Amino acid sequence: MVYENPDGVRIGLEVHVQLNKLNTKLFCGCSTKYHDSEPNTHVCPVCLGLPGSLPVINEKAVEYAMKIGLALNCSIVEQTQFHRKNYYYPDLPKGFQTTQYDFPIAGEGKIVIEGEDGERVIGITRAHMEEDPGRLQHMGSIDKSKGTLINYNRSGMTLIEIVSEPDMRSPKEARRYLDKLRSILDYLDVFDGDLEGAMRVDANVSVFMGERVEVKNISSFKGAERALLYEIMRQKNHIRRGGEITLETRHFDEARGVTLSMRTKETENDYRYFPEPDLVPLRVADRVPEILKTLPELPDAKRARFVKEYDIIDMHARALTTEIKVANFYEDVAAKVDPKAAAVWVADILKGELNYRDLNIDAFNVGDIAEIITLVTEEKITESSGVEIIRTILDNGGKPQDIVKEKGLLKVEDDIVAKAVEEAIAENPEAVADFHAGKEKSMNFLVGKVMQKTKGRADAREAREKLIAKLSE
Amino acid sequence: MAAWTDISNIKQKIADSSAEEVTAAYIETIGKSKINGFTTVWDEAINTAREIDSNGHDGPLAGIPIAIKENISTKGLSTTCSSKILQGYVPPYDAHVIERLKEAGAVILGKTNMDEFAMGTSTESSCYGPTFNPWDMSRVPGGSSGGSAAVVAAGEAPISLGSDTGGSVRCPAAYCGVVGLKPTYGCISRYGLISYANSLEQIGPLATTVSDIATIMDVVAGYDSRDSTSINRENNYSDALKDDVKGMKIGVPEEYFGEGIDKDVEKSVWDAISKFEDMGATYEKVSMPHTKYALASYYIIAMSEASSNLARFDGTRYGLRAEGENWHVMASKTRAEGFGTEVKRRILLGTYALSAGYHDKYYLKALKVRTLVKQDFDKALANVDVLMAPTMPASAFKIGEKIEDPLSLYLADVNTVPINLAGVPSISVPCGFVDDMPVGLQIIGKQFDENTIIKAAYCFEQNTNHHTRRPREVA
Ligand SMILES: [Zn+2]
Repeated sequence: MVYENPDGVRIGLEVHVQLNKLNTKLFCGCSTKYHDSEPNTHVCPVCLGLPGSLPVINEKAVEYAMKIGLALNCSIVEQTQFHRKNYYYPDLPKGFQTTQYDFPIAGEGKIVIEGEDGERVIGITRAHMEEDPGRLQHMGSIDKSKGTLINYNRSGMTLIEIVSEPDMRSPKEARRYLDKLRSILDYLDVFDGDLEGAMRVDANVSVFMGERVEVKNISSFKGAERALLYEIMRQKNHIRRGGEITLETRHFDEARGVTLSMRTKETENDYRYFPEPDLVPLRVADRVPEILKTLPELPDAKRARFVKEYDIIDMHARALTTEIKVANFYEDVAAKVDPKAAAVWVADILKGELNYRDLNIDAFNVGDIAEIITLVTEEKITESSGVEIIRTILDNGGKPQDIVKEKGLLKVEDDIVAKAVEEAIAENPEAVADFHAGKEKSMNFLVGKVMQKTKGRADAREAREKLIAKLSE
Repeated sequence: MAAWTDISNIKQKIADSSAEEVTAAYIETIGKSKINGFTTVWDEAINTAREIDSNGHDGPLAGIPIAIKENISTKGLSTTCSSKILQGYVPPYDAHVIERLKEAGAVILGKTNMDEFAMGTSTESSCYGPTFNPWDMSRVPGGSSGGSAAVVAAGEAPISLGSDTGGSVRCPAAYCGVVGLKPTYGCISRYGLISYANSLEQIGPLATTVSDIATIMDVVAGYDSRDSTSINRENNYSDALKDDVKGMKIGVPEEYFGEGIDKDVEKSVWDAISKFEDMGATYEKVSMPHTKYALASYYIIAMSEASSNLARFDGTRYGLRAEGENWHVMASKTRAEGFGTEVKRRILLGTYALSAGYHDKYYLKALKVRTLVKQDFDKALANVDVLMAPTMPASAFKIGEKIEDPLSLYLADVNTVPINLAGVPSISVPCGFVDDMPVGLQIIGKQFDENTIIKAAYCFEQNTNHHTRRPREVA
């Protein structure tokens, strides 16, 4: 099946990733762990842009950026070069942003995603390093605030901006691209995606090969999909009404789910880029082989290996390899119990229960899930009891063995089930007659009765088998 | 008691009396000053001297007073670049050179006047008013480190630090009859020096003797990890103080004696070169064909960098803040009120040179010319040990003479700016007088070969007496 792309949608994404796993900022020694701190406590003359201060490149940041570039199959520049992007804004303490211009750390690369019609290669244009500005804060809402406050804790944090080609043909593909990108970054252990402002997205969208519109201020992946859906619909409606799409920048209003024209001047800003004289170029090309060696097995490779090594279905392998922590968790479980059963329990059941509670895999323990899987496969408890144990652990804590005892989840003895089957048949002659008349549904009714009598401890499949056997005597 | 003197003399005075007395004498002299060289006298100076007396200090500058240019950050001491826009700004940190000076036991007397943001050749564009030349109060002391040169010439401080972006140490040294060194780019950390044109400038010492220049360099030069352009290289500058230039090869670039050079200045310089011949050196004329483009290239690069370096002064975080109904109005008004005419002119020209459509025509072309100017130096210095030329084309001009004519002011830098484009070291030493005003000889060396130019300057000083003459205004 080939995806037709009926509206000629083309989407390109610019993703800003804050490398918040670095210990220090891009050009100074300030700590990056400011997220729970008072405003303006993680600052120094350099990131406050005080007169006379000078930047010094964080070599670890360069290494992280190279890792990202290599993981995205990008070419790596010979030596680093930084430029000044000149513009005025109160969150920008130097009156310019130090960024990379015509020599980004990483050049062309690619990401493979699950597209509308199978695997699809999305081109990466470039990935470059830059410093994060500070943050404006208001007392209450913007219009009621007595003034604007500036918090420079974020100022000078390392950002890497990853720019894609306009190769995505639907919001769904854009979402897949973002998920894949996040997955790769997660594997590289360069950022904590859960921290506020860790990933920010700008999109450019066009339909019917028309002019592109830039949509800014998207702060979540879900937001990206919504913003794109809205913007495509807006452009199509506008054209249908005889309008023309012009090059413009629009702002995504997350609360209302709409994009709004920023009504800025038509002309492009002139940032007067020029090379930063205070930073000397750093030769990095020689380090590529060494950094390549440190790259971990990436999501696609791991997924392929899981399918082969554990003989599990691709859908499970994909779910298990999106996050490195989940993949590692799965492999630990698979070492203890049957890998196929482990895949079902981790990918389908445990991940679902965690998502529902907005928890991550750290909230569960390898030993516990292995024990639950063993209890089920040895038929000591039912599948639904297994799920119940997971839920109990997540909600109240505890150990599987204790929960089994407390709740009396061990499968009941055969004669109790046999007794319940006999009673159910004796007490429901109509259902029995219906069954003999070929009404399959009546069997469900009888199974329900057996479950009622055993207080749910019987295995439904077993009850059904026993009922059929009895009625066929 | 404080007067035209050098470090060894002061060390003797400290030994005879105390660091406190020496510092107090300087502060008294500054109090009577007519030249407006100091902007601030530090009230901690006397305490620093007292501490050195009571605790002892074995640093190379123990108890030696020093004056610091207004653009070098001093913790707890106002640092304004002589601009209204930085009024009230007190740095929370010390520049690298200040840390080094403090470790060496130096007593920071205070801050010295300069052209606003180091943009000038006369120290007339300061928000604190002009500094006067101690040799003739109707004349400028040169710039932009005019305060740092004038206070040394006037005996208000024995040594000082300035900064040299296009001649800002050498020009006032020449005009005030003192010694001034512009080190190789990367020799002294710029950490804490408020940038005007960061690819060109270096902090440089001023003193009455070459020997003192070497002593200061031994303290302030050297690697600093906070300045990425600082070079990790060990050197002892005092080792260069040897009275011997036998066999030294001097190049005399004819382009530095071109149109606009005062005939008497030219004669003083040639007399100096003859003196070197007498001392056993030889000279040959060399050609540096791209010199004529250096001035234009320098100004475009300096102004472009300045337009960006000065963007941070917007009233948001420190210094002057004007009122405005929103941030953009506040920032615009602050800059309109805070910057002087010359600074605004350079920001505008620099912004223009970097703008889309003009960037290649001006900024990129200026960078290409810079490469050619560098090559001139590489070629010329491949065959000779040093280059010699007039520091300034004429002696100090009158206050007010050129301030309304920026182009004639820019032209005064014609012999100093090529050195900054090339990043090589250069020292200016007194080599004579024209109408009782001092003339400077500029000795230019190879990259990081400060020692050869220090040796040449030292040798010249030992065998001449220009440096012993004192300004009449302070005699
Ligand atoms: Zn910092």
